[in-house]
Parts: sequence; C-alpha cells; structure tokens
Amino acid sequence: MPQEHRLILKHADSPGYTNDLECYVRHGGYEALKKALATAPRELADGKKMSPQEVIRDEVLKSGLRGRGGAGFSAGLKWSFVDRKSGKPIYLICNADESEPGTFKDRQIIHKDPHQLIEGMIISCWANDVKLAYIYIRGEFPEGARILNRALKEARAKGFLGKNILGTGLDVEMHVHRGAGAYICGEETGLIESLEGKRPYPRIKPPYFPAVLGLYMCPTIVNNVETLCHVNHIVTMGSAEYAKLGTPNNTGTRIVSLSGQVKRPGYYEIEVGKVTLGELIHHENFGGGLRDGRQLKAIIPGGSSSKILKAGEVFKVNRKGPDGQMTKVDVALLDLPYDFDSLQAAGTMSGSSAIIVMDDSTDMVEALANLSEFYAHESCGQCTPCREGSLWMAKALHRLTHGHGRKQDADYLVGIAKNIQGRTICAFGEACAWPVLSFVAKFKSEFEAKGAADEARAKSSGSMHQRSSPIAGLHAGKI
Amino acid sequence: MSTAATTETKPAPPPVDTIKIKVDGREIEVPKMMPDWQGNLQPTTMLQACQLAAKEVPHYCYHPKLPIAGNCRMCLVEFGLPAMGPDRKLLLNEDGTPKITKQVLPYEPQTPRGAIACATPISPGMEIYPSSPATKQMREGILESLLINHPLDCPICDQAGECKLQEYSVEHGQATSRFVEAKVHKPKAVDLGPRILLDDERCILCTRCIRFTKDIVGDDKLGVVNRGSYNSIAAFPGTTFDNNYTLNTVDICPVGALTSKDFRFQMRVWFLKESKSLCTSCGTGCNLTVGSREDKIYRFEPRENNAVNGPWMCDAGRLNYKWVGRADRLTEVLVQDVGQASRLSHSSEKSKTGATPVLRKTTWTAALSEITEKLKKVPAGSVAIVGSARQTNEELFLLGKLAKKLGALTDSVPREGEADKLLVSADRNPNSTGARLTGLCFTEMGIHLPKIADGIKAGKIKTLIVFGEDVTKHGFGPDLLGRLDTLIVSDILPNATTRLAHYLLPGCAHAEKRGTFVNVKGRLQKFIKAVEPKGDARPEWEFLHELVHHVTGHNGFVSIEGLFNQMAHEVPAFHGLEWAKIGDTGVTVQI
Repeated sequence: MPQEHRLILKHADSPGYTNDLECYVRHGGYEALKKALATAPRELADGKKMSPQEVIRDEVLKSGLRGRGGAGFSAGLKWSFVDRKSGKPIYLICNADESEPGTFKDRQIIHKDPHQLIEGMIISCWANDVKLAYIYIRGEFPEGARILNRALKEARAKGFLGKNILGTGLDVEMHVHRGAGAYICGEETGLIESLEGKRPYPRIKPPYFPAVLGLYMCPTIVNNVETLCHVNHIVTMGSAEYAKLGTPNNTGTRIVSLSGQVKRPGYYEIEVGKVTLGELIHHENFGGGLRDGRQLKAIIPGGSSSKILKAGEVFKVNRKGPDGQMTKVDVALLDLPYDFDSLQAAGTMSGSSAIIVMDDSTDMVEALANLSEFYAHESCGQCTPCREGSLWMAKALHRLTHGHGRKQDADYLVGIAKNIQGRTICAFGEACAWPVLSFVAKFKSEFEAKGAADEARAKSSGSMHQRSSPIAGLHAGKI
Repeated sequence: MSTAATTETKPAPPPVDTIKIKVDGREIEVPKMMPDWQGNLQPTTMLQACQLAAKEVPHYCYHPKLPIAGNCRMCLVEFGLPAMGPDRKLLLNEDGTPKITKQVLPYEPQTPRGAIACATPISPGMEIYPSSPATKQMREGILESLLINHPLDCPICDQAGECKLQEYSVEHGQATSRFVEAKVHKPKAVDLGPRILLDDERCILCTRCIRFTKDIVGDDKLGVVNRGSYNSIAAFPGTTFDNNYTLNTVDICPVGALTSKDFRFQMRVWFLKESKSLCTSCGTGCNLTVGSREDKIYRFEPRENNAVNGPWMCDAGRLNYKWVGRADRLTEVLVQDVGQASRLSHSSEKSKTGATPVLRKTTWTAALSEITEKLKKVPAGSVAIVGSARQTNEELFLLGKLAKKLGALTDSVPREGEADKLLVSADRNPNSTGARLTGLCFTEMGIHLPKIADGIKAGKIKTLIVFGEDVTKHGFGPDLLGRLDTLIVSDILPNATTRLAHYLLPGCAHAEKRGTFVNVKGRLQKFIKAVEPKGDARPEWEFLHELVHHVTGHNGFVSIEGLFNQMAHEVPAFHGLEWAKIGDTGVTVQI
C-alpha cells in the first residue's frame, strides 16, 4: 500500500513537538552533527587518505542526493565543483526563497523543525570549510524568518553554532537574510546578487558559476532547505543505507506539495519513485481523489513552471528489465512513478515537487492566463526575451480571456514562447515559456475555440474598434 | 637622426598562444587570450573571434570598454563543439575531420541553442555560425521583442540616423510585427540631470549607461527601477545625474533614450559634417569629432583614442564650443591711426575715464607690412612676446623664430584647475607641453611674465606682441600697456587687451584651422579644420608665417604640412616626424 515515508518531517507534526532547540535535542537532534564531527579519516586503497570532511562530502555524493529545489542536480557533484584552491572564503547559502507557485514544503521545515535545517547547514559548512552561511528566506515568510532567528540564537547559546562548536574548535556563523518579495531571488545567482544588496538580476554563466564566482565573487554553495536537511540523515544513516530509500538514481525521500482539485490537498513525504502520480492523487493516504463527480483533466507535476501533463497521456519511459537491459515501455500518466527521471522522460520535470491537479471544471485558457500573469509580474526584466515576452504572452492571454481572442492566438502564443526559451540569462525564460508551450500543445482546441468564438462574436456585432477598448485599458492595469 | 619621437614605444610582444576555430565554415587562428574592457588578458570571446574573422555579430549591451552584461541577447549565435566519445577522445568523421556537435536545447534536441557571443569564451575546434538560419532567427526574435514596446517615433527622434535599433532592424529584423497588444507606456522626457533627458519608452535596458557611470566614472547615480517590462532607468531618488561625464551616456546609448539637452532637436545627424579634431579645454587633449553644418558647429563627440581618452570625454570639454560661433568674434584687422598710438602711451587719464582708442579697419597686407616695418626698426631686446599655450605647435614655433630674430623675451600664461581621476587634467591649457618643447616658455610657465612687465615699466621693452591671452589679467594693466610704443595683439574674442591694441589681428578657433598640440603626457596630435573662419579672421600660422618671412627674410613653407615638417626638423623633440605620418590618433614624443 502506498504510504508516506517521513524522514524530514518525522517529528514535525507529532503531537507535542515544538520548534525549539530543547525539543529537537530531545528527539535526537544535533546527534548527526556530533557524529559528523567525530568522523574518522578514511584510508583509501591507493594509500591516500581522505580527511573527515572529504569523507562526508563523499558520503553525500554516494547517497545520490539530488537537489530538492527544482533542477534535481546531484548535491554531491555540486559540492565537488567548489573551487577550494582559490584562497578565498567559501560560503554556503540556504535557498529558502520558496516561491514556485504550488510549493509549500520548505515552510513546513522552517516553521516546524528549524533546527533540522540549521544542523544540516552546520554539517555542510564543516564538510565544505565554510565559516559563514546565510539563510536567504523569501520576504513573504516573516514568521519563518522570526523562527529561524530564534533557532539560531538558541543554537548559538548551546554551543552548536558560533565559535568553537561543541568544543571542537570549529567556527561557523550563520545569518538569516530576508528577501523583499521577488520570485527571481530563488534563482541562485539572482539570490546572490540580492544578498549582496543589489537588484536580483541573475548573473551570466559563464563566467559567474557560484561554485567559483559566487557571493562576493567567492566560491559559494547554494542548496535548497530540504536538500540541506537530508545531509543530517545521510550522516546518521550512512550513504549506503540512505540510498536504499527511494529508487536507483532517485534516492531518499521527498516532500510533495499537493494542491488543486483533490479532496486532501497538503504535503506528503514519500520515498522518491515509490509512489505514482495516480496514487498521489487518488489514494486515500494522499490526495484522496478528485472532488465527487469530477474527471481528471491535467496535472502540473513540479511547480507552475513545469510542463503540464494531460489526463490519459501515455509516455515512453526507460525501464530496467530483469536482465538489466534498459527498454522503453509505455507508462500511462497516472502510473508514472513520482521521481526525477520518470517525469523527465514524460517531457516535464518534478521541479519543486509541487503537484497541481486540475479537474474537468478547469478552463485551461484561464488557468494559463493566471500563470502567465504571475510570470509577467515576476520577470526581473534584465534580458530582452523574457522581459518583453513574458508580458506579451500575459497580454495576449488577458485579451483571450476577456472576449477579444483570435483563432490564431494559439500559434501566436507558441511563437512568442519559442523566442524566449533557451535564450535568456536564467531559467526563468523556460519557466515562463513552458506553461504556454505545454498548455497550448496539449489543449490547443480550447484556445482556438475561444479565439474563434470571440472572432465570430466581433464579426456579428460588426464593430472592430470595440476590440481595442479592454486592451487599451490594460497597460494602466495590473499586468 | 634622432629617434626622440616614435609612433609607439612598445616592448616586443611575447609569442601569442592561438586557437583554431571556424567561423561560418572558414577556419581562422585567433589568440587564446585577448584584452577585456580594462585591457586585462582574458579568454577570447566568440564576439572577439568573429570580429577577427570580419563577421559582424550585432549587439546592444556589449561595449568593448564596459564590463560585460549579456542582457540584450542580440549577439546570440548558433555554435558547435567537437564531439567527444566516452573516452574523452575526439570523434572523427569518415574523412578524418573532427565531428562537430551543434549545440541544442537539452530539453528540445531539434532546436539549436545559442550562446551569447559577448561572454562565451572560444575553445579549440569550436565552430561559430554567425550567419546560419538559426542565428538569424534568434536575432529576429530579439529585435521583435525590442520593438514591441518601442515607440516608432524615429521621425522626431534625435538618434535617427545613428540608431542601432534602426540599423539592426533593417539588417537583421523582420518587415512586420506580430504584436497586436497595447504597448507599455513609461515616462517621457525625464529630467535626469542638467545635461541629460531620458525617454524611458525608447530605452532597451542594455544598461550601458549604468555600467559606464558606475564602473568608469565611479558614480552610483544610475540604476534600474520597477520590474519586468516596466523596468526603467532612473537616477537615485532625490539626486540628479550631474557628474562631469554624463554626456558619454548619450554616445553609448544605442537608441534615442538618453539625449543631450544641448543637441536634441538641433540638427539631423546625417546633415552633419564630421571633422577630426581635439578638445582644447585641458592638457589631456581628448580626441573629438566636430559635427558641423554650413560652418556652424552643432556638437562635439569623443573620438576613440586609447592612448589618450579611450572613447570618452568630459561634459565641460564637450560643451566648450559655443564661443566659436559667438556674435562678437573679432573678424576685422584693426589698426590705431598713427599719432593715436603715441597718444595712447600717455593716456592713462583717458583710460580712467573709459575712453577707448579709435581703431580703423585695414587689410592684412597693410597691417602686416606696417608691423614688419616697425619690427625691422626696433633695437634688439626691446620686444617681448606673450604667446599662449592654447596655440598650436606650428604657431608657437613661428613665434619662436620671430623672438629669436628680435632677441625677444617670451613666455605664456599658465592656467591651472582641479584634476579628476578620469580625464580632466589640472593643466587647463591644451598645449603647455608644445609651448615648452618649441621653446616659447620654460618648465615653469609664466616665470618670465614679471620680467617682461618690469622691462616695460623700466622703458626697456617698447613693443609687446600678445597672442591669445588677455594680459591685463596677468600683471599687465592698462597703465603698463599704455607705456608701450607698439602693442600687437592677435585674439579670437574681444577682451581688455584687444581693446588697447595698436594692431589687432583676428585669429581662429582650433576648429577653423589645422595644427598640432602636445598633451601633458607627450602625445603629439593633429587636428583638421571643421568650419570656415569668421570674417577676415585667418589661422595664426598663416599670417605668422608671412610676418616671420618679412621680418627674418627666411623663406618658409606656405602649407601646414610643410611648416610642420620644417618644425620637426628644427625642434629636437619632434625629430623624425612628418605631418603625413602622425595619423588620426597622434604619436608619443619625448618630453
């Protein structure tokens, strides 16, 4: 029976569990830090020695931990890219700018178990020779920032943070930095700029890869809240044991934010790949099914920027057969295991693991107009295609949802989106283009029908100049 | 022959590491490292490599003298890299050539992936396709995006004719736009500072102006406000954009967003004649282009010279042209009638009552012969010459010849101001170095002026020749000048000295003649004529040449080229130079 596997959220919702240090320690908190600091150097077969820090980094790499923020990149590999020979300080930044529409997992950790994050960060700091770390938290989380600051204070008072941590001579300092309310600050180089006190314009890569030229042009690691929490468990369990969770190449657990038209929206921690999309939506342990009398229409599987999947779709997914050979097999949408690789094979991504479920009451044009308005509002405006294209798409969709569409608007939208994706400084280009491309590709008839209906109505009323009235008012409005 | 003057003194360059790449299918070898905006060697970028291959890569935000921003995306190019096998070895085609993998979007392998040429370093075997259909499509997309919210007000836009958005739209854009929505409206005619007006709707947000102001001038005044499509350039709230370099942002603005209050709506740029000249406002000698039409100057713009000013110049120097066209310019050769001159010598009472001597218009021929006659008769040592470090080397050289013949004491007037960290020099004369090198004055400029004044006071000096300076402000009051038998003055604008002259010879602004200056660092640079002199005014070197010929009997050259070459022969610092070989950016001389 598919069920939750709570690792990160093991205690979070237990009755009586509070977010203070004492409670955390009572539940075994900061034991992972002690274990990590007591790590013995490792002798290698070739006679070389691995320092305790290298051992921990190796453990994280071997655990197969993949970033929980969106890209799903190997955390251990990311750490291995850090320039450790520059002589400059290395910084660690926790990306707590959880802003992807549909995502509400990191706030559970921050609100309910902040010390788990702090412990994971201290271990990661130690493993990467970091003396100063930042938690960059989105401006819309004032309570989260307050909780984290209190937790840092507690940890400092108890000697888990600051000078001479636990008497080992280790010094790590950590600060909470609040954003000012911009989605783009979740992009790691935009975040770094913001942390430096500048406008959060993402940096061009090359040359500004954070691992080499990050915060203050020093080597910098940026990891998601949930990713850093997993470091505790990798240390506690050992990489081999941890890697048994989930499925090969998709190890560990993941907190899924389930929203939309299901009976039991909420967050569910699952072993990666051990639960299917269908189970997440329909099983009583998870979404509990759609509202009565409704049919599934579409799923946005990994936060609003991931490409939408249509009910009834069947995908070709690589499966390892009993003989070890990879073969392509047909997998229906609802049978897709919820992991990084399966969703990629389905042409989308698990992103921030935020599933938005839409039933047949959803107007896809309206839904896309809503998303596009968000992206037009959040584009930082640094580079041309996204700055101009995101608002262009939003305006077209506003027109289409306000009775002034054209049949050709479906292709028009695709044309705009194609000029954005792959041509921007950061992944926001894809984030704003993919919803448009996938909605139109999969629900083109709805867009065309709406446009055609508007055209027919305009023709019968015979007044072309009326078309411009709501558009003209648009630029003065919100979008 | 002395080698005091050289065109450029550089140590022999070390051997350069090169990389072989292909641009549009043609193999070229380019340096592995090339100078970045600060001149530091950095890995060569695709854009630099394409420039070496003479393939244009259009761009807006990239500027060779500014840090790279990579925001306009206009320089996106399709490219390919040598394919590598799992063993990290190059894969080969059947004919033995390396197999190239064209770069594609990882999530959409049928779509080429562009790289911004301005910021992407080249690597061995890389193939860049600046002319491929995919590259062209990317450019069309960017141009379409840039134009959707851009007002199509070219007919009234000052940038028209030198607008990159116009040019690239013609060369790389599409004839039609798909855009049917309402344009974004942003502030118009924003008063950024005393010299700059901003049209936010025309702005394409390339941030060149911000980067120039921050990274070149060191002023954090400009920034972007608002978000997304509503982004606007603005001065920091409560401040004005008023440093001494603001007008450079108008030059580097690729569109008509930043306009010069001085130049806007004055003249369509395609009517302007462009003449290579120099700035005379200080000793730096910034290279500039005079924009003129029908003998009226409309603007100065910096002309790139990396040995002097790079592509920049200061606002004060740039706007220092209006005096050339002033209505009260000296345009007539004037002479005081005989008798009146002698009256002047004891007319201190009259000058007190404000009476000015009566001057009569005459011809150059008449005036020059009269002066010649007088100078031929004066005893040696009774003449002094106050030249100006605003004069050209050629003029100072001729004055020196005159001085030598007459045994005259010479000097010129120092002009000091405050230097800044970028271009402005403390020496506010454009040719102090030239004045020293040609021997008209000494290391400490102006040290002889008291001696000359004393000589006049003592009655020893009876004739004073003044060029381009109002000596009444430098220790030669009207009383003192009244003691002279002959006061010969050449200037451009009227002042207290010109009003007392016995012979007044109208001269030319530098924009009205040719010549050379030597800047404070020893850069000898030439400038050419942009506009005709006003009235009877003549370039000083022309009439000085005649005068020197008459007085000394030495023949000379009647062309500026010949005169310069003669000077180069006689002035040690200029040995080996020739007018024709100076070039547009000058040569460095030993100072």
